[in-house]
Amino acid sequence: MQRSTLDLWVGLFVVGGIGALLVLAMKVGNMSGIGVSESYPLVAQFDNIGGLKPRAPVKSAGVVVGRVAAIQFDNEKFIARVTLNIDKHYTFPKDSSASILTSGLLGEQYIGLEGGGDTVNLNPGDRIRQTQSAVVLEKLIGQFLYSKAAEGGDKK
Amino acid sequence: MAIHKGLSLRGIGAKAIDSVLRLGYAARFIARTAASSGTSLRRPRLVIRELYFTGVLSLIIILVSGLFVGMVLGFQGYHTLQTYGSESALGVLVALSLVRELGPVVAALLFASRAGSAMTAEIGLMKATEQLSAMEMMAVDPIARVVAPRFWAGVISMPLLAAMFSAMGIFGGYLVGVVLIGVDEGSFWSQMQSAVDFREDIMNGVIKSVVFGFAVTWISLFEGYDAPPTAEGVSGATTRTVVTSSLAILALDFLLTAFMFRGV
Repeated sequence: MQRSTLDLWVGLFVVGGIGALLVLAMKVGNMSGIGVSESYPLVAQFDNIGGLKPRAPVKSAGVVVGRVAAIQFDNEKFIARVTLNIDKHYTFPKDSSASILTSGLLGEQYIGLEGGGDTVNLNPGDRIRQTQSAVVLEKLIGQFLYSKAAEGGDKK
Repeated sequence: MAIHKGLSLRGIGAKAIDSVLRLGYAARFIARTAASSGTSLRRPRLVIRELYFTGVLSLIIILVSGLFVGMVLGFQGYHTLQTYGSESALGVLVALSLVRELGPVVAALLFASRAGSAMTAEIGLMKATEQLSAMEMMAVDPIARVVAPRFWAGVISMPLLAAMFSAMGIFGGYLVGVVLIGVDEGSFWSQMQSAVDFREDIMNGVIKSVVFGFAVTWISLFEGYDAPPTAEGVSGATTRTVVTSSLAILALDFLLTAFMFRGV
């Protein structure tokens, strides 16, 4: 009798510990969510990806439709090649455009997909033709200063 | 004056040699424990009994501390994040700090003071009352019968306790952040899920807690086994267990963190 209650407690302890690990993996970590469901790859090329990271979300109209699978550097054209894994429930027209956006002022960067008007859809492995690079703050400020300086020069 | 200086110098030398000697003895002790773990495998009941004492009886303190640590993290994190207008990242803050650092470390510190000291006192008293010698007289190896099951129970229960601590802490952070303060529940969980990586964060936390469990159990068992067989000796050994294991946990934590997150 004594032994079996002891066993029960130890069993509960081990089950609780493994359960806590499972909760951490599923609820806290990213074992669940997109990535488990089936997806198809699309490729997009950017001049500059800014702070985009693998596993960053791909959103269309604000809805997460996929994730960034891989980021490679093309050493011939000196551009970034980004592979996107799109949930297979969603299809996008051939003339869709991809741009790198930032959520909030200091938030993480994600890829925004905007559907086009073409009747033919993108097939797995296709390349998204129209892309817009990440906005680099330093370049933006530089452009602003340059245009201001040019304005000032005109007035003189 | 000169004699006094010579004496203290000799004292320092003796202390240094003694501590190296003890380290060697401790290494031999753990090697013998590992070598004679066969009994624990053949009689898992011995380990289960120790799991009850080290794991199940530590549950209450671990769960309650986890809850409170998580709730405090919720308050403090909200207070700081709010000044940057990013209180939706509260879930990330609570989860990452618990899973990567606080879970394994605080759970191990609690484990050292709750279970480690008890193990030292138990084995020390067994030695003081000559129970260990009596076992040897009966041709029962005390290391295989007494030490090894406790060792494995400690190594097994530590990661489980740390995982429960982290899970409880995240629940505490959720209680304070979402239920009490009113951070958006969706962003709390979704930002947490996109920021916490299973292999990078959770598994590294588990590895940490296994290492801590190994270190704490080793220190407690050795201090108990090596304790002078007097009341004073056992009490000194118990104190040393808590102090040494706490220092070992923090030092190991620094080393492991430096190894694991080098690339980030």
